[in-house]
Amino acid sequence: MKLFPILGGIHPEYRKELTSEKAIVALPLPKTLYLPLQQHMGAPANTTVSVGDEVKKGQVLAKAQGAISAAVHAPTSGRIAAITEMTAPHPSGLPQLTIMLDSDGKDEWAEPMAAIADPFAASANEIKTRVAEAGIVGLGGATFPSAVKLGLGGQHKLEILLLNGAECEPYLTCDDRVMREFAAQVVDGARIMAHALGAPKVIIAVEDNKPQAVESLKAEAAKTPNVEVVGVPVQYPMGAERHLTQAVTGRETPARKLTADVGVVVHNVATARAVHQAVRLGRPLVSRVVTVSGGGVAEPKNIEVPLGTKVSELLDFCGGISKATKRVISGGPMMGQPLPSLDVAVVKGTSGILALTQSETNEHASSPCIRCGSCVTYCPCGLVPVEMASFIRNDKLDLAAKIGVQDCVSCGSCSYICPSHIPLVHFFNYAKGKIAALDRERRKTEQTKSLVEAHNARLERQAQAKREAAAKAKAAKEAAEAAAAAQAQPTIEGGANA
Amino acid sequence: MSIVIDKSGPFTHGPNTVSKTMFTVLAALAPATLYNLWLFGLPAILLFIVTMAACALCEAACVRISGGNPDRALGDGSVLITGWLLALSLPPWAPWWVAVVASVFAVCLAKHAFGGLGQNVFNPAMVGRVVVLVSFPLQMTSFVSPKPLFTPGSPGLSESMTIIFGRGFSLDGISTASPLGFIKTELSKGVPVTQSLSSFPSLGDMMIGFHPGSMGETAVPLILLGGLFLMWRKIISWHIPVSMLATLFLLGTIFSTIDPARHTGGMVQLLSGASFLGAFFIATDYVTSPVSKSGQLAFGFGVGLLTWIIRTYAGYPEGVAFAVLLMNALTPILDQHFRPRVFGRTRKGEPLPVRGDK
Ligand code: SF4
Ligand code: SF4
Repeated sequence: MKLFPILGGIHPEYRKELTSEKAIVALPLPKTLYLPLQQHMGAPANTTVSVGDEVKKGQVLAKAQGAISAAVHAPTSGRIAAITEMTAPHPSGLPQLTIMLDSDGKDEWAEPMAAIADPFAASANEIKTRVAEAGIVGLGGATFPSAVKLGLGGQHKLEILLLNGAECEPYLTCDDRVMREFAAQVVDGARIMAHALGAPKVIIAVEDNKPQAVESLKAEAAKTPNVEVVGVPVQYPMGAERHLTQAVTGRETPARKLTADVGVVVHNVATARAVHQAVRLGRPLVSRVVTVSGGGVAEPKNIEVPLGTKVSELLDFCGGISKATKRVISGGPMMGQPLPSLDVAVVKGTSGILALTQSETNEHASSPCIRCGSCVTYCPCGLVPVEMASFIRNDKLDLAAKIGVQDCVSCGSCSYICPSHIPLVHFFNYAKGKIAALDRERRKTEQTKSLVEAHNARLERQAQAKREAAAKAKAAKEAAEAAAAAQAQPTIEGGANA
Repeated sequence: MSIVIDKSGPFTHGPNTVSKTMFTVLAALAPATLYNLWLFGLPAILLFIVTMAACALCEAACVRISGGNPDRALGDGSVLITGWLLALSLPPWAPWWVAVVASVFAVCLAKHAFGGLGQNVFNPAMVGRVVVLVSFPLQMTSFVSPKPLFTPGSPGLSESMTIIFGRGFSLDGISTASPLGFIKTELSKGVPVTQSLSSFPSLGDMMIGFHPGSMGETAVPLILLGGLFLMWRKIISWHIPVSMLATLFLLGTIFSTIDPARHTGGMVQLLSGASFLGAFFIATDYVTSPVSKSGQLAFGFGVGLLTWIIRTYAGYPEGVAFAVLLMNALTPILDQHFRPRVFGRTRKGEPLPVRGDK
């Protein structure tokens, strides 16, 4: 298959060998699970249980609310111990409503949803509904509710479901293991999704550094028509949706549009497996594969983890972390996020927990920009990071916006490569946040303004109406008085009137 | 264990640092420099040391005055490149005070008056060179023919001290012009290029640097080697050197074909003066050249064009330094006009059109 070059991109040290040969193992059931109501993009889910309720594994604990949301299910059987605010697994460390579930140790399944016997005969809607009921979100880390993305076939003419198995972040091997060990489930899930999307073709793209995954998938794909497996060059950020689409199909997604606008929908491989389980087995998303790795971890592993497991427990299972650990992050080292504490839970979007040492982070104080242009050369989006950063530093957000800061995908290539160790992505994240906030503000002011205007107009209308009424009343009164006066004192006109 | 959570990604960083970059450049310069120091003997070595020391002292002084850490500033290696390039662009037997004046202008004025590393608009080494070139034209155009170390003719220590720190050498009547200077003078006397070329070093001698010239610009193959090394290490890209040298070569070839009496050919343009040193090590200076590849192509073209114009029409035989400085002034404008195309957008910045079929 012909591939297309993508712009820029870097080759960070991969360090996947720490876990790539480690088969997925199951985590012993934790005593307590902590399930934040928001583990996805969009609105938080709405609890359907109360403290003290006994629940079974797979039972709905919280329902999706609103158009973009996802349900939360019980990862094991037990009792709802509390529904309370807890630190979210997010760098902000803000508290978030969380369901605490005490396991009863039996791990008993609730009555599963009925399997969809022949998904390829089912309607797109039926599959979409099932995926929504299963609480599946993008497991690559974006956590966009999958059902919503599966509905894109309604508005777009789709040609390709592109399954993202690039896994271009260093350290992470969870997708690699899923592809190797569950190739059949991945391919089946992909075909089901393609059916729902109305896309005639599935392409599974895997970075060339995972030959076994490619092989297992190819063996599976050979059994069905219309599924193709392609190895893509090892180049970060190959796993970025738009870049992968470009590399595989040569189609460049216009700014501010979706890949669906060029006929492609991208889903992660682990998501496909989850869809397979939801559709074929009626099983909701209650666990995921997480890579625990990094130089600070005693025994790096790939683990099937019940959602809601505390990160500290997960790390303990891997022999704990060493004193040399400098940072613990969730996700990969390029785009992952620092954890505010080890007491936060593994959620649907947690692909990795990495304990990194100083030599791995290679952090240095930053020095002045020497205008080397590396950040420009390696930016996969064709941006000029050095210039954007200098605008942002001088508080000229409008100029930064003009040269494209909102097109930045925060991939971190520029920061990674910068010889002066300037934290460029910080600037961009800050600017994007600020610009969005300003936009919201502006829209709010406009809205308020139009509301006030409407209000004033209404008042004005009421006042006008009152004045008119008063004037009419006055006129009527005057007329009446005049008439009375006329009656009392007939005149020639009065006579004429009569 | 103290876990840091203050920042967002990336949480890993490439091995690249400013000082690594700078020292790689120095390493790339080393072979040509060593060869030329050998070629021009002990006085050249003394002058090289004087220039480096003067630049380093200026840097330390400026950084101290502005309240910075001199050790750290010296450690980043940038001033060593300035000193090194400045030394290479001086006549190898120039008097010490020429080097010192050039160093002061290069480091204190061109670099620190603009705010230090990364802030300067003009290439510091070239500012230093041009200042002494216009101030002391005699000393700056008095070259010597190569007198390799350990050969008869090569001055000993005390003689070298006299040359650099004492009375100078030009009085001894061994001063000579560089090839381009020679052609220029002959041309002004009405001697056509075609004729003066006959007493010109052979292209072979030009290649191995065996002709009068600045301290470090004559050993073309070694400079090229250093340049290729930098490209291989991804410190520089091909855009500036290739566009500059190609422009120079094409202009030389075209005009010498049209009017051979007044113009030197492409090969002579390339092999004489600071063409190669300029293309790989001076015009490519990060701080003062554009950051985008397309901007770099335009920049290299400009340097090539201006070099050729100055060599051909201006009073100075050598044009690289002036050309680089003039283009430095245009860098901010080039940066504004030459940006890569943003992914998903047209060159104008509009989102790409969505495909017609829905
Ligand atoms: S990579 Fe860093 S030093 Fe180089 S131009 Fe970009 S910001 Fe400046
Ligand atoms: S983080 Fe943004 S600016 Fe930096 S390389 Fe990635 S897309 Fe380009």
